Amino acid sequence: MGGVRVDPDTQMTRLTGLFAAGECAAGINGANRLGGNSLSDLLVFGKRAGEFAAKFARENSQGDISKDQVDVIARQALEPFDRNDGENPYEIQKDLQELMQDNVGIVRTETEMQDALKQLRQLNERANRAGVIGHREYNPGWQTALDLTNLLIVSEAIALTALEREESRGAQFREDYPDKDERFAKVNTIASKAADGSMQIRLEPLPEMPEYLKQVIEENR
Amino acid sequence: MNVSFKIWRGDANGGVFRDYATECTEGMVVLDAVHDIQRTQAPDLACRWNCKAGKCGSCSAEVNGMPKLMCMTRLSELPLDKPVTIEPMKAFPVIKDLTTDVSWNFRVKKKVKPFKPRAPDAPDGTWRMWQEDIDRVQEFRKCIECFLCQDVCHVLRDHQMHDQFIGPRFLIHVAALEMHPLDTEDRIEELRNTQGIGYCNITKCCTKVCPESIQITDNGIIPLKERVVDDFYDPLGWFWRLLKKLLNR
Repeated sequence: MGGVRVDPDTQMTRLTGLFAAGECAAGINGANRLGGNSLSDLLVFGKRAGEFAAKFARENSQGDISKDQVDVIARQALEPFDRNDGENPYEIQKDLQELMQDNVGIVRTETEMQDALKQLRQLNERANRAGVIGHREYNPGWQTALDLTNLLIVSEAIALTALEREESRGAQFREDYPDKDERFAKVNTIASKAADGSMQIRLEPLPEMPEYLKQVIEENR
Repeated sequence: MNVSFKIWRGDANGGVFRDYATECTEGMVVLDAVHDIQRTQAPDLACRWNCKAGKCGSCSAEVNGMPKLMCMTRLSELPLDKPVTIEPMKAFPVIKDLTTDVSWNFRVKKKVKPFKPRAPDAPDGTWRMWQEDIDRVQEFRKCIECFLCQDVCHVLRDHQMHDQFIGPRFLIHVAALEMHPLDTEDRIEELRNTQGIGYCNITKCCTKVCPESIQITDNGIIPLKERVVDDFYDPLGWFWRLLKKLLNR
């Protein structure tokens, strides 16, 4: 089970200065997270992330912020307010939940996931037309409209990576590939943004385990 | 069945109860109904929530006039022949709709003297404690900081004495520290002088609304009151305190 790619020691993501820890990050639990393990995950790596983030903040000055970029993001964020007759973002979120539950849920097949990807494109278009009422203060409808963008990206990543991994292993259960496959035993599935903005999936060999960790495992055997 | 609700909508400048109705099915809690209403009728209805399991203490509100966690209040427990009213906590300033500004609580907490353990008992830096001493403070540590006890307390709610009284939540916090077997700090003087423990007249409303069933009054506040009395009103205790002060000089 994966998450945002981070440096194993510092927990820094590939976006310099952004740190991630806990269930959103890394792949510490392997193919399946057992109940209770997330707590130790977030305690250990939350501490590390906090310490390295503090160190990073001390050692680096604040970077330049492009005012133009900020303006663009602020304008995009406020767009739902201009669409008073736009679709209710909660309805889109609900449809997304149902789609992912039905098509990319516990038991997965290629046809269902391909169908989900098609429907995700439609949901993306609907999300771009979502509208909200009220004002900016404490407005859950607006927050939901903003969340949709991220939910849709994550949903697409889940579907695409699950499609790529043509095997069943841990929490990934493919009805069309019910067995483990050696091809996928020692690779991570990685989703990244291509130059044209599209989502790209690739397989990358697992990093070699450092000597000191091998030693720890050996000692505890 | 279709259930009607009266939900308070407004902000610091005032507000009104608005009518809503939604379909309610078996097992639904008040928070589910609020979410349904948000989703279908009032997307800008502000409501703070998180875990939906009675453990984060975020969704505190007043349901039919009673301070409750919305996620732990089943609709089947309420009379549904008339509208269910939902309004924000009254002891704190309203931000919007059902959300209130509870930051006063966090400021109060900072003023309580922190945990000050004695030196370790063993050379390896660890301590030895009796299980029964641990059990006693464990109850107070169940607190999820929903602030329903603060909301129902008449000293805060009706008399708005936020600057003179820290409220049941923080009396429990002090009790947890004071009764901790390792703690060496003395918090009794400020309990009496600045934290206003004397204002509590043991009506036990806080205990009644506590979603964690902490015996706030009986196990926390009353023992603290006894400590204050011992130190300040018992002639021997008073003399001992004076002696300690003189000796420390």
